Amino acid sequence: MKHILWRRAWQALLMAWSVATLTFILLRSLPGNDMAYRIAAGRYGDDAVSAAAAQAVSQELQLQQSAWLQYGHWLADLLTLNLGNSLVTGAPVVDELSHQLGYTLVLAAAAILVAVLLAIPLGLWSGFKAGGTVDNGILVGSVLVRAQPVFTLGLLLIFMFALGLGWLPVAGFREPQYVVLPALTLGLSLAAIANRVVRNSTVQVLNSAYYEFAQLKGLSPTRAFWRHGLRNVLVPTLAFMGIQLIGLVEGVIMIESLFAWPGIGHGLSHAVFARDIPMLQGTALVMGLLFVLVNTLVDISCYWLDPRSREP
Amino acid sequence: MMLSRKNPFSTWQCIGLALLLCLLIFAVGEWLLYHASPTAQHLSESFQTPNSAAPLGKDQFGRDMLARLAAALRLSFLLALLSVFSAAILGVSAGICAAWRGGWVDSLLNFIVNTVLALPGLVLVLLFAAIVPGSFAMLYVAISLVLWVEYFRLVRAVSKTVINGAPVQASRLFGFGRWYIVKRHIWPAIRANVLSLAAFGAATSIIMLSSVGFVYVGLKPPTAELGLMIVELFPYYSDAPWLLAQPLIVLALLVLGFQLLAGSRS
Repeated sequence: MKHILWRRAWQALLMAWSVATLTFILLRSLPGNDMAYRIAAGRYGDDAVSAAAAQAVSQELQLQQSAWLQYGHWLADLLTLNLGNSLVTGAPVVDELSHQLGYTLVLAAAAILVAVLLAIPLGLWSGFKAGGTVDNGILVGSVLVRAQPVFTLGLLLIFMFALGLGWLPVAGFREPQYVVLPALTLGLSLAAIANRVVRNSTVQVLNSAYYEFAQLKGLSPTRAFWRHGLRNVLVPTLAFMGIQLIGLVEGVIMIESLFAWPGIGHGLSHAVFARDIPMLQGTALVMGLLFVLVNTLVDISCYWLDPRSREP
Repeated sequence: MMLSRKNPFSTWQCIGLALLLCLLIFAVGEWLLYHASPTAQHLSESFQTPNSAAPLGKDQFGRDMLARLAAALRLSFLLALLSVFSAAILGVSAGICAAWRGGWVDSLLNFIVNTVLALPGLVLVLLFAAIVPGSFAMLYVAISLVLWVEYFRLVRAVSKTVINGAPVQASRLFGFGRWYIVKRHIWPAIRANVLSLAAFGAATSIIMLSSVGFVYVGLKPPTAELGLMIVELFPYYSDAPWLLAQPLIVLALLVLGFQLLAGSRS
Protein backbone atom coordinates (compact mmCIF):
# COMPACT_ATOMS: atom_id res chain seq x y z
CA MET A 1 0.00 0.00 0.00
CA LYS A 2 2.75 2.39 1.00
CA HIS A 3 4.63 1.35 -2.10
CA ILE A 4 1.65 2.26 -4.32
CA LEU A 5 1.32 5.71 -2.76
CA TRP A 6 5.05 6.44 -3.05
CA ARG A 7 5.11 5.40 -6.66
CA ARG A 8 2.15 7.60 -7.53
CA ALA A 9 3.55 10.55 -5.55
CA TRP A 10 6.74 10.23 -7.59
CA GLN A 11 4.66 10.21 -10.77
CA ALA A 12 2.87 13.38 -9.67
CA LEU A 13 6.22 15.06 -9.00
CA LEU A 14 7.62 14.10 -12.41
CA MET A 15 4.43 15.29 -14.04
CA ALA A 16 4.54 18.67 -12.32
CA TRP A 17 8.19 19.11 -13.24
CA SER A 18 7.67 18.32 -16.92
CA VAL A 19 4.62 20.58 -17.16
CA ALA A 20 6.52 23.42 -15.49
CA THR A 21 9.54 22.93 -17.76
CA LEU A 22 7.50 22.82 -20.95
CA THR A 23 5.48 25.89 -20.00
CA PHE A 24 8.71 27.66 -19.08
CA ILE A 25 10.15 26.91 -22.52
CA LEU A 26 6.93 28.29 -23.94
CA LEU A 27 7.34 31.42 -21.83
CA ARG A 28 10.89 31.95 -23.06
CA SER A 29 9.91 31.35 -26.66
CA LEU A 30 7.56 34.33 -26.70
CA PRO A 31 9.23 37.00 -28.80
CA GLY A 32 11.04 39.92 -27.15
CA ASN A 33 9.36 41.76 -24.35
CA ASP A 34 5.97 40.42 -25.36
CA MET A 35 5.53 38.83 -21.96
CA ALA A 36 5.77 42.14 -20.11
CA TYR A 37 3.25 43.75 -22.46
CA ARG A 38 0.86 40.87 -22.07
CA ILE A 39 1.04 40.93 -18.30
CA ALA A 40 0.64 44.71 -18.31
CA ALA A 41 -2.42 44.34 -20.53
CA GLY A 42 -3.83 41.75 -18.16
CA ARG A 43 -3.29 44.03 -15.16
CA TYR A 44 -4.16 47.50 -16.35
CA GLY A 45 -6.49 46.75 -19.24
CA ASP A 46 -5.71 46.84 -22.93
CA ASP A 47 -6.08 50.61 -23.23
CA ALA A 48 -3.64 51.43 -20.47
CA VAL A 49 -0.70 49.50 -21.85
CA SER A 50 2.33 51.63 -22.60
CA ALA A 51 6.04 51.06 -22.90
CA ALA A 52 6.43 52.47 -19.39
CA ALA A 53 3.88 50.08 -17.92
CA ALA A 54 5.55 47.13 -19.63
CA GLN A 55 8.91 48.31 -18.33
CA ALA A 56 7.55 48.52 -14.79
CA VAL A 57 6.11 45.03 -15.02
CA SER A 58 9.34 43.72 -16.45
CA GLN A 59 11.29 45.26 -13.54
CA GLU A 60 8.87 44.06 -10.90
CA LEU A 61 8.74 40.48 -12.14
CA GLN A 62 12.47 40.42 -12.93
CA LEU A 63 11.87 39.40 -16.51
CA GLN A 64 15.36 40.54 -17.48
CA GLN A 65 17.10 37.93 -15.35
CA SER A 66 19.04 35.05 -16.79
CA ALA A 67 17.08 32.06 -18.00
CA TRP A 68 18.28 29.72 -15.26
CA LEU A 69 17.39 32.16 -12.51
CA GLN A 70 13.95 32.63 -14.03
CA TYR A 71 13.56 28.86 -14.29
CA GLY A 72 14.37 28.59 -10.59
CA HIS A 73 11.77 31.22 -9.76
CA TRP A 74 9.25 29.49 -12.01
CA LEU A 75 9.72 26.18 -10.17
CA ALA A 76 9.70 27.89 -6.77
CA ASP A 77 6.40 29.60 -7.64
CA LEU A 78 4.97 26.24 -8.55
CA LEU A 79 6.14 24.69 -5.26
CA THR A 80 4.36 27.41 -3.31
CA LEU A 81 1.29 26.89 -5.54
CA ASN A 82 1.59 30.44 -6.83
CA LEU A 83 0.24 29.87 -10.31
CA GLY A 84 -0.17 33.54 -11.22
CA ASN A 85 -3.00 35.25 -13.09
CA SER A 86 -4.59 34.34 -16.36
CA LEU A 87 -3.29 36.51 -19.17
CA VAL A 88 -6.72 36.64 -20.75
CA THR A 89 -9.14 37.26 -17.89
CA GLY A 90 -6.66 38.56 -15.33
CA ALA A 91 -8.25 36.41 -12.62
CA PRO A 92 -6.00 34.22 -10.45
CA VAL A 93 -5.43 30.86 -12.13
CA VAL A 94 -6.24 29.01 -8.92
CA ASP A 95 -9.73 30.55 -8.79
CA GLU A 96 -10.44 29.64 -12.41
CA LEU A 97 -9.20 26.11 -11.83
CA SER A 98 -11.30 25.53 -8.73
CA HIS A 99 -14.32 26.72 -10.71
CA GLN A 100 -13.55 24.38 -13.62
CA LEU A 101 -12.51 21.35 -11.60
CA GLY A 102 -16.02 20.70 -10.27
CA TYR A 103 -17.42 20.46 -13.78
CA THR A 104 -14.67 18.12 -14.91
CA LEU A 105 -15.15 15.83 -11.92
CA VAL A 106 -18.90 15.64 -12.55
CA LEU A 107 -18.30 14.77 -16.20
CA ALA A 108 -15.59 12.21 -15.45
CA ALA A 109 -17.66 10.49 -12.75
CA ALA A 110 -20.72 10.36 -14.98
CA ALA A 111 -18.65 8.97 -17.85
CA ILE A 112 -17.12 6.25 -15.67
CA LEU A 113 -20.59 5.35 -14.41
CA VAL A 114 -21.89 5.02 -17.97
CA ALA A 115 -18.84 2.97 -18.95
CA VAL A 116 -19.25 0.58 -16.00
CA LEU A 117 -22.99 0.18 -16.55
CA LEU A 118 -22.40 -0.64 -20.21
CA ALA A 119 -19.14 -2.58 -20.15
CA ILE A 120 -19.70 -5.04 -17.31
CA PRO A 121 -23.13 -6.41 -18.38
CA LEU A 122 -22.18 -6.47 -22.07
CA GLY A 123 -18.80 -8.03 -21.35
CA LEU A 124 -20.27 -10.72 -19.08
CA TRP A 125 -23.02 -11.45 -21.56
CA SER A 126 -20.62 -11.93 -24.48
CA GLY A 127 -18.21 -13.83 -22.21
CA PHE A 128 -20.89 -16.36 -21.26
CA LYS A 129 -21.94 -16.69 -24.90
CA ALA A 130 -18.41 -16.53 -26.32
CA GLY A 131 -18.33 -17.18 -30.05
CA GLY A 132 -22.08 -16.74 -30.44
CA THR A 133 -24.09 -14.14 -32.34
CA VAL A 134 -24.34 -11.80 -29.36
CA ASP A 135 -20.58 -11.94 -28.81
CA ASN A 136 -19.82 -11.20 -32.45
CA GLY A 137 -22.42 -8.46 -32.62
CA ILE A 138 -20.96 -6.70 -29.59
CA LEU A 139 -17.46 -7.18 -31.04
CA VAL A 140 -18.41 -5.46 -34.29
CA GLY A 141 -20.14 -2.67 -32.37
CA SER A 142 -17.05 -2.14 -30.19
CA VAL A 143 -14.73 -2.09 -33.20
CA LEU A 144 -16.90 0.49 -34.95
CA VAL A 145 -17.08 2.72 -31.86
CA ARG A 146 -13.33 2.42 -31.32
CA ALA A 147 -12.62 3.43 -34.91
CA GLN A 148 -14.11 6.85 -34.18
CA PRO A 149 -11.99 9.47 -32.51
CA VAL A 150 -13.97 10.49 -29.43
CA PHE A 151 -14.99 13.87 -30.88
CA THR A 152 -16.45 12.21 -33.99
CA LEU A 153 -18.47 9.94 -31.75
CA GLY A 154 -19.68 13.03 -29.90
CA LEU A 155 -20.68 14.69 -33.17
CA LEU A 156 -22.63 11.62 -34.24
CA LEU A 157 -24.48 11.53 -30.92
CA ILE A 158 -25.25 15.25 -31.23
CA PHE A 159 -26.71 14.63 -34.67
CA MET A 160 -28.73 11.71 -33.44
CA PHE A 161 -30.08 12.82 -30.05
CA ALA A 162 -29.86 16.60 -30.10
CA LEU A 163 -30.47 17.67 -33.69
CA GLY A 164 -32.38 14.68 -35.02
CA LEU A 165 -34.60 13.57 -32.15
CA GLY A 166 -34.38 16.77 -30.13
CA TRP A 167 -34.26 14.87 -26.83
CA LEU A 168 -31.22 16.56 -25.37
CA PRO A 169 -29.53 19.95 -25.60
CA VAL A 170 -26.55 20.27 -27.94
CA ALA A 171 -24.09 22.01 -25.66
CA GLY A 172 -23.94 24.00 -22.46
CA PHE A 173 -23.93 23.30 -18.75
CA ARG A 174 -26.76 24.85 -16.79
CA GLU A 175 -29.22 21.99 -16.24
CA PRO A 176 -28.50 18.37 -15.30
CA GLN A 177 -29.60 17.08 -18.72
CA TYR A 178 -26.64 18.90 -20.29
CA VAL A 179 -24.25 16.33 -18.85
CA VAL A 180 -26.02 13.38 -20.50
CA LEU A 181 -24.56 13.61 -24.01
CA PRO A 182 -20.93 14.35 -23.05
CA ALA A 183 -20.99 11.60 -20.43
CA LEU A 184 -22.60 9.17 -22.85
CA THR A 185 -19.97 9.89 -25.50
CA LEU A 186 -17.08 9.46 -23.14
CA GLY A 187 -18.65 6.43 -21.46
CA LEU A 188 -19.32 4.73 -24.79
CA SER A 189 -15.75 5.20 -25.98
CA LEU A 190 -14.40 3.76 -22.71
CA ALA A 191 -16.90 0.90 -22.69
CA ALA A 192 -15.99 -0.09 -26.25
CA ILE A 193 -12.59 -1.22 -24.97
CA ALA A 194 -13.58 -2.24 -21.46
CA ASN A 195 -16.34 -4.66 -22.47
CA ARG A 196 -13.81 -6.70 -24.48
CA VAL A 197 -11.53 -6.91 -21.46
CA VAL A 198 -14.41 -8.05 -19.27
CA ARG A 199 -15.36 -10.58 -21.93
CA ASN A 200 -11.85 -12.01 -22.25
CA SER A 201 -11.32 -12.35 -18.53
CA THR A 202 -14.79 -13.89 -18.15
CA VAL A 203 -13.89 -16.51 -20.75
CA GLN A 204 -10.63 -17.16 -18.94
CA VAL A 205 -12.33 -17.55 -15.56
CA LEU A 206 -15.11 -19.79 -16.89
CA ASN A 207 -12.55 -22.16 -18.42
CA SER A 208 -10.29 -22.25 -15.37
CA ALA A 209 -9.79 -25.30 -13.17
CA TYR A 210 -10.95 -23.59 -9.96
CA TYR A 211 -14.21 -22.52 -11.57
CA GLU A 212 -14.87 -26.01 -12.83
CA PHE A 213 -14.18 -27.33 -9.36
CA ALA A 214 -16.62 -24.84 -7.84
CA GLN A 215 -19.31 -26.15 -10.15
CA LEU A 216 -18.38 -29.80 -9.60
CA LYS A 217 -18.69 -29.48 -5.87
CA GLY A 218 -22.34 -28.62 -6.44
CA LEU A 219 -22.59 -24.83 -6.24
CA SER A 220 -25.45 -23.37 -8.24
CA PRO A 221 -24.34 -21.42 -11.33
CA THR A 222 -25.27 -18.10 -9.70
CA ARG A 223 -23.45 -18.92 -6.50
CA ALA A 224 -20.40 -20.27 -8.29
CA PHE A 225 -20.13 -17.13 -10.34
CA TRP A 226 -20.79 -14.80 -7.41
CA ARG A 227 -18.27 -16.48 -5.10
CA HIS A 228 -15.58 -17.60 -7.55
CA GLY A 229 -16.11 -15.77 -10.79
CA LEU A 230 -16.87 -12.09 -10.37
CA ARG A 231 -13.86 -11.05 -8.35
CA ASN A 232 -11.46 -12.85 -10.67
CA VAL A 233 -13.09 -11.17 -13.64
CA LEU A 234 -12.80 -7.74 -12.10
CA VAL A 235 -9.10 -7.74 -11.15
CA PRO A 236 -7.63 -7.89 -14.67
CA THR A 237 -10.38 -5.59 -15.89
CA LEU A 238 -9.51 -2.95 -13.32
CA ALA A 239 -5.78 -3.27 -13.96
CA PHE A 240 -6.33 -2.90 -17.68
CA MET A 241 -8.69 0.01 -17.18
CA GLY A 242 -5.91 1.77 -15.30
CA ILE A 243 -3.94 1.85 -18.53
CA GLN A 244 -6.98 2.82 -20.56
CA LEU A 245 -7.96 5.68 -18.26
CA ILE A 246 -5.45 7.80 -20.14
CA GLY A 247 -8.24 7.72 -22.71
CA LEU A 248 -10.59 9.22 -20.11
CA VAL A 249 -8.29 12.19 -19.52
CA GLU A 250 -7.68 12.74 -23.23
CA GLY A 251 -11.38 12.26 -23.91
CA VAL A 252 -12.27 14.88 -21.29
CA ILE A 253 -10.19 17.46 -23.19
CA MET A 254 -11.88 16.72 -26.50
CA ILE A 255 -15.40 16.27 -25.19
CA GLU A 256 -15.38 19.41 -23.05
CA SER A 257 -14.21 21.41 -26.04
CA LEU A 258 -16.88 19.87 -28.25
CA PHE A 259 -19.78 20.32 -25.84
CA ALA A 260 -18.59 23.66 -24.42
CA TRP A 261 -18.53 22.05 -20.98
CA PRO A 262 -16.66 24.57 -18.79
CA GLY A 263 -14.14 22.17 -17.26
CA ILE A 264 -10.39 21.83 -17.11
CA GLY A 265 -10.08 20.31 -20.60
CA HIS A 266 -12.03 23.16 -22.13
CA GLY A 267 -9.77 25.58 -20.25
CA LEU A 268 -6.67 23.73 -21.47
CA SER A 269 -7.55 23.85 -25.15
CA HIS A 270 -8.53 27.51 -24.87
CA ALA A 271 -5.30 28.32 -23.04
CA VAL A 272 -3.31 26.69 -25.85
CA PHE A 273 -5.28 28.66 -28.39
CA ALA A 274 -4.77 31.99 -26.60
CA ARG A 275 -1.19 31.15 -25.52
CA ASP A 276 -2.28 31.96 -21.97
CA ILE A 277 0.77 30.47 -20.28
CA PRO A 278 -0.25 30.58 -16.59
CA MET A 279 -3.63 29.06 -17.43
CA LEU A 280 -1.92 26.50 -19.63
CA GLN A 281 0.37 25.47 -16.81
CA GLY A 282 -2.50 25.34 -14.33
CA THR A 283 -4.86 23.31 -16.48
CA ALA A 284 -2.13 20.90 -17.63
CA LEU A 285 -1.13 20.40 -13.99
CA VAL A 286 -4.68 19.65 -12.90
CA MET A 287 -5.19 17.29 -15.87
CA GLY A 288 -1.97 15.52 -14.90
CA LEU A 289 -3.01 15.34 -11.24
CA LEU A 290 -6.40 13.95 -12.24
CA PHE A 291 -4.57 11.30 -14.24
CA VAL A 292 -2.36 10.38 -11.27
CA LEU A 293 -5.37 10.36 -8.95
CA VAL A 294 -7.37 8.03 -11.17
CA ASN A 295 -4.36 5.72 -11.47
CA THR A 296 -3.97 5.68 -7.70
CA LEU A 297 -7.65 4.80 -7.23
CA VAL A 298 -7.26 1.92 -9.69
CA ASP A 299 -4.15 0.67 -7.88
CA ILE A 300 -5.92 0.83 -4.52
CA SER A 301 -9.01 -0.98 -5.81
CA CYS A 302 -6.84 -3.74 -7.29
CA TYR A 303 -5.05 -4.01 -3.96
CA TRP A 304 -8.35 -4.22 -2.15
CA LEU A 305 -9.90 -6.75 -4.56
CA ASP A 306 -6.92 -9.06 -4.87
CA PRO A 307 -5.57 -10.41 -1.56
CA ARG A 308 -2.53 -11.87 -3.36
CA SER A 309 -1.12 -8.39 -3.96
CA ARG A 310 -1.18 -7.67 -0.23
CA GLU A 311 1.39 -10.34 0.56
CA PRO A 312 4.94 -9.04 0.68
CA MET B 1 10.70 -20.94 -48.78
CA MET B 2 8.42 -17.96 -49.28
CA LEU B 3 5.80 -20.25 -50.81
CA SER B 4 5.73 -22.73 -47.99
CA ARG B 5 5.23 -20.05 -45.36
CA LYS B 6 1.68 -19.67 -44.13
CA ASN B 7 -0.11 -16.38 -44.61
CA PRO B 8 0.86 -14.41 -41.49
CA PHE B 9 -2.24 -12.16 -41.61
CA SER B 10 -5.69 -13.03 -40.29
CA THR B 11 -8.80 -12.24 -42.31
CA TRP B 12 -9.48 -9.07 -40.31
CA GLN B 13 -5.93 -7.89 -40.80
CA CYS B 14 -6.27 -8.45 -44.53
CA ILE B 15 -9.45 -6.36 -44.56
CA GLY B 16 -7.64 -3.61 -42.69
CA LEU B 17 -4.73 -3.74 -45.11
CA ALA B 18 -7.09 -3.61 -48.10
CA LEU B 19 -8.90 -0.62 -46.59
CA LEU B 20 -5.62 1.22 -46.08
CA LEU B 21 -4.43 0.37 -49.59
CA CYS B 22 -7.65 1.76 -51.06
CA LEU B 23 -7.21 4.99 -49.11
CA LEU B 24 -3.55 5.20 -50.13
CA ILE B 25 -4.39 4.64 -53.80
CA PHE B 26 -7.05 7.34 -53.52
CA ALA B 27 -4.61 9.78 -51.90
CA VAL B 28 -1.73 9.14 -54.30
CA GLY B 29 -3.92 8.69 -57.38
CA GLU B 30 -5.53 12.07 -56.84
CA TRP B 31 -2.08 13.63 -56.66
CA LEU B 32 -0.99 12.03 -59.93
CA LEU B 33 -4.16 12.20 -62.00
CA TYR B 34 -6.52 14.86 -60.69
CA HIS B 35 -5.25 18.38 -61.08
CA ALA B 36 -7.23 20.54 -58.67
CA SER B 37 -5.78 22.65 -55.91
CA PRO B 38 -6.99 21.84 -52.38
CA THR B 39 -6.81 25.53 -51.45
CA ALA B 40 -8.00 27.39 -54.57
CA GLN B 41 -11.26 29.19 -53.74
CA HIS B 42 -14.16 29.70 -56.14
CA LEU B 43 -16.71 31.52 -54.06
CA SER B 44 -19.35 31.42 -56.78
CA GLU B 45 -19.25 27.64 -56.66
CA SER B 46 -19.56 27.15 -52.89
CA PHE B 47 -21.65 24.16 -51.75
CA GLN B 48 -21.73 22.80 -55.27
CA THR B 49 -23.17 19.30 -55.15
CA PRO B 50 -21.12 16.47 -56.65
CA ASN B 51 -20.92 16.60 -60.44
CA SER B 52 -18.61 15.41 -63.20
CA ALA B 53 -16.17 18.30 -62.73
CA ALA B 54 -15.94 17.89 -58.94
CA PRO B 55 -16.93 14.31 -58.06
CA LEU B 56 -17.21 15.04 -54.32
CA GLY B 57 -18.60 18.56 -54.59
CA LYS B 58 -17.18 21.81 -53.25
CA ASP B 59 -16.99 23.22 -49.74
CA GLN B 60 -18.06 26.56 -48.26
CA PHE B 61 -15.31 28.42 -50.13
CA GLY B 62 -15.83 26.51 -53.35
CA ARG B 63 -12.71 24.42 -52.79
CA ASP B 64 -12.65 21.03 -54.44
CA MET B 65 -13.50 18.39 -51.82
CA LEU B 66 -11.83 15.53 -53.67
CA ALA B 67 -8.56 17.44 -53.74
CA ARG B 68 -8.93 18.45 -50.09
CA LEU B 69 -9.72 14.95 -48.85
CA ALA B 70 -6.80 13.47 -50.75
CA ALA B 71 -4.44 16.17 -49.46
CA ALA B 72 -5.66 15.56 -45.90
CA LEU B 73 -5.15 11.82 -46.32
CA ARG B 74 -1.61 12.32 -47.60
CA LEU B 75 -0.89 14.55 -44.61
CA SER B 76 -2.26 11.97 -42.17
CA PHE B 77 -0.36 9.12 -43.84
CA LEU B 78 2.84 11.15 -43.86
CA LEU B 79 2.56 12.05 -40.20
CA ALA B 80 1.68 8.48 -39.22
CA LEU B 81 4.59 7.08 -41.22
CA LEU B 82 7.13 9.59 -39.91
CA SER B 83 6.16 9.42 -36.27
CA VAL B 84 5.72 5.65 -36.19
CA PHE B 85 9.12 5.13 -37.84
CA SER B 86 10.93 7.53 -35.54
CA ALA B 87 9.17 6.19 -32.47
CA ALA B 88 9.87 2.57 -33.42
CA ILE B 89 13.55 3.11 -34.16
CA LEU B 90 14.08 5.15 -31.01
CA GLY B 91 11.99 2.88 -28.81
CA VAL B 92 13.42 -0.42 -30.07
CA SER B 93 17.05 0.68 -29.92
CA ALA B 94 16.62 2.29 -26.50
CA GLY B 95 14.80 -0.80 -25.25
CA ILE B 96 17.53 -3.17 -26.43
CA CYS B 97 20.17 -0.84 -25.04
CA ALA B 98 18.49 -0.70 -21.62
CA ALA B 99 18.05 -4.49 -21.49
CA TRP B 100 21.61 -5.13 -22.60
CA ARG B 101 23.54 -2.62 -20.56
CA GLY B 102 21.37 -2.49 -17.45
CA GLY B 103 22.82 -0.32 -14.68
CA TRP B 104 22.69 3.44 -15.05
CA VAL B 105 21.69 3.33 -18.74
CA ASP B 106 18.60 1.36 -17.78
CA SER B 107 17.82 3.66 -14.85
CA LEU B 108 18.22 6.82 -16.94
CA LEU B 109 16.03 5.53 -19.76
CA ASN B 110 13.41 4.37 -17.28
CA PHE B 111 13.41 7.79 -15.67
CA ILE B 112 12.82 9.46 -19.05
CA VAL B 113 10.02 7.02 -19.85
CA ASN B 114 8.33 7.60 -16.50
CA THR B 115 8.50 11.34 -17.08
CA VAL B 116 6.79 10.99 -20.44
CA LEU B 117 4.22 8.57 -19.05
CA ALA B 118 3.37 10.83 -16.11
CA LEU B 119 1.40 13.08 -18.46
CA PRO B 120 -1.46 11.97 -20.68
CA GLY B 121 -0.22 11.93 -24.28
CA LEU B 122 -2.69 14.48 -25.57
CA VAL B 123 -1.70 17.01 -22.87
CA LEU B 124 1.93 16.65 -23.93
CA VAL B 125 1.01 17.13 -27.59
CA LEU B 126 -1.08 20.20 -26.72
CA LEU B 127 1.81 21.72 -24.73
CA PHE B 128 4.16 21.17 -27.66
CA ALA B 129 1.55 22.57 -30.05
CA ALA B 130 1.41 25.69 -27.91
CA ILE B 131 5.17 26.28 -28.17
CA VAL B 132 5.15 26.63 -31.97
CA PRO B 133 1.54 27.05 -33.16
CA GLY B 134 0.57 25.56 -36.49
CA SER B 135 3.80 23.66 -36.98
CA PHE B 136 3.72 20.20 -38.53
CA ALA B 137 7.27 19.48 -37.32
CA MET B 138 6.36 20.22 -33.70
CA LEU B 139 3.32 17.92 -33.84
CA TYR B 140 5.52 15.24 -35.35
CA VAL B 141 8.08 15.57 -32.55
CA ALA B 142 5.40 15.56 -29.86
CA ILE B 143 3.54 12.55 -31.23
CA SER B 144 6.75 10.55 -31.70
CA LEU B 145 7.72 11.43 -28.14
CA VAL B 146 4.42 10.01 -26.89
CA LEU B 147 4.62 6.88 -29.05
CA TRP B 148 8.19 5.64 -28.49
CA VAL B 149 7.52 4.82 -24.84
CA GLU B 150 5.34 1.83 -25.75
CA TYR B 151 8.07 0.28 -27.89
CA PHE B 152 10.67 0.86 -25.21
CA ARG B 153 8.68 -0.86 -22.48
CA LEU B 154 7.78 -3.84 -24.62
CA VAL B 155 11.21 -4.34 -26.17
CA ARG B 156 13.01 -3.91 -22.88
CA ALA B 157 10.86 -6.54 -21.15
CA VAL B 158 11.12 -9.09 -23.97
CA SER B 159 14.79 -8.64 -24.79
CA LYS B 160 15.77 -8.90 -21.14
CA THR B 161 14.57 -12.50 -21.02
CA VAL B 162 16.02 -13.24 -24.46
CA ILE B 163 19.46 -11.87 -23.57
CA ASN B 164 19.62 -13.91 -20.39
CA GLY B 165 18.45 -17.05 -22.19
CA ALA B 166 20.59 -20.00 -23.22
CA PRO B 167 20.57 -19.41 -27.02
CA VAL B 168 22.09 -15.95 -26.64
CA GLN B 169 24.65 -17.25 -24.15
CA ALA B 170 25.63 -19.90 -26.71
CA SER B 171 25.90 -17.34 -29.50
CA ARG B 172 28.07 -15.17 -27.32
CA LEU B 173 30.33 -18.09 -26.47
CA PHE B 174 30.69 -18.80 -30.19
CA GLY B 175 31.95 -15.25 -30.49
CA PHE B 176 29.11 -13.80 -32.54
CA GLY B 177 28.87 -10.01 -32.48
CA ARG B 178 26.12 -7.86 -31.02
CA TRP B 179 24.53 -7.07 -34.35
CA TYR B 180 24.19 -10.79 -35.08
CA ILE B 181 22.53 -11.40 -31.72
CA VAL B 182 20.11 -8.53 -32.24
CA LYS B 183 19.26 -9.76 -35.72
CA ARG B 184 18.98 -13.50 -35.01
CA HIS B 185 17.72 -13.61 -31.44
CA ILE B 186 16.09 -10.37 -30.33
CA TRP B 187 14.36 -9.13 -33.48
CA PRO B 188 12.46 -12.39 -34.16
CA ALA B 189 11.19 -12.34 -30.57
CA ILE B 190 9.85 -8.79 -30.76
CA ARG B 191 8.91 -8.52 -34.45
CA ALA B 192 5.22 -9.41 -34.26
CA ASN B 193 4.59 -7.14 -31.28
CA VAL B 194 6.53 -4.24 -32.76
CA LEU B 195 4.56 -4.42 -36.00
CA SER B 196 1.28 -4.56 -34.10
CA LEU B 197 2.38 -1.58 -31.98
CA ALA B 198 3.31 0.28 -35.17
CA ALA B 199 -0.19 -0.15 -36.59
CA PHE B 200 -1.77 0.96 -33.30
CA GLY B 201 0.66 3.87 -33.16
CA ALA B 202 -0.34 4.96 -36.65
CA ALA B 203 -4.00 5.02 -35.57
CA THR B 204 -3.06 6.97 -32.43
CA SER B 205 -1.03 9.54 -34.35
CA ILE B 206 -3.85 10.10 -36.83
CA ILE B 207 -6.34 10.55 -33.99
CA MET B 208 -3.97 12.98 -32.23
CA LEU B 209 -3.44 15.07 -35.37
CA SER B 210 -7.16 15.32 -36.03
CA SER B 211 -7.88 15.99 -32.34
CA VAL B 212 -5.57 19.01 -32.12
CA GLY B 213 -6.97 20.14 -35.48
CA PHE B 214 -10.48 19.78 -34.13
CA VAL B 215 -9.85 21.97 -31.07
CA TYR B 216 -8.26 24.46 -33.47
CA VAL B 217 -4.75 24.46 -32.04
CA GLY B 218 -3.07 22.20 -34.59
CA LEU B 219 -2.30 23.02 -38.18
CA LYS B 220 -3.77 26.28 -39.41
CA PRO B 221 -6.26 26.90 -42.24
CA PRO B 222 -6.21 26.63 -45.22
CA THR B 223 -4.31 23.36 -44.69
CA ALA B 224 -6.48 20.40 -45.60
CA GLU B 225 -6.47 18.29 -42.44
CA LEU B 226 -9.26 15.94 -41.39
CA GLY B 227 -9.95 17.34 -37.90
CA LEU B 228 -9.76 20.89 -39.17
CA MET B 229 -12.10 20.08 -42.05
CA ILE B 230 -14.63 18.58 -39.65
CA VAL B 231 -14.68 21.65 -37.41
CA GLU B 232 -14.80 24.00 -40.42
CA LEU B 233 -17.67 22.18 -42.08
CA PHE B 234 -19.65 21.66 -38.87
CA PRO B 235 -21.51 25.02 -39.04
CA TYR B 236 -22.97 23.98 -42.40
CA TYR B 237 -24.30 20.63 -41.24
CA SER B 238 -27.92 21.41 -42.07
CA ASP B 239 -27.20 23.01 -45.45
CA ALA B 240 -24.72 20.41 -46.61
CA PRO B 241 -24.62 17.28 -44.42
CA TRP B 242 -22.96 15.38 -47.27
CA LEU B 243 -19.96 17.73 -47.00
CA LEU B 244 -19.43 17.14 -43.28
CA ALA B 245 -19.92 13.40 -43.76
CA GLN B 246 -16.90 13.14 -46.07
CA PRO B 247 -14.06 13.89 -43.64
CA LEU B 248 -15.92 11.99 -40.88
CA ILE B 249 -16.12 8.84 -43.00
CA VAL B 250 -12.54 9.09 -44.26
CA LEU B 251 -11.17 9.59 -40.74
CA ALA B 252 -13.16 6.63 -39.38
CA LEU B 253 -12.05 4.37 -42.26
CA LEU B 254 -8.42 5.39 -41.78
CA VAL B 255 -8.43 4.67 -38.05
CA LEU B 256 -10.43 1.46 -38.56
CA GLY B 257 -7.93 0.28 -41.18
CA PHE B 258 -4.97 0.67 -38.88
CA GLN B 259 -6.79 -0.86 -35.90
CA LEU B 260 -7.83 -3.90 -37.93
CA LEU B 261 -4.28 -4.24 -39.25
CA ALA B 262 -2.95 -4.18 -35.70
CA GLY B 263 -5.07 -7.20 -34.86
CA SER B 264 -6.22 -8.11 -31.37
CA ARG B 265 -3.30 -8.45 -29.04
CA SER B 266 -5.09 -8.47 -25.72
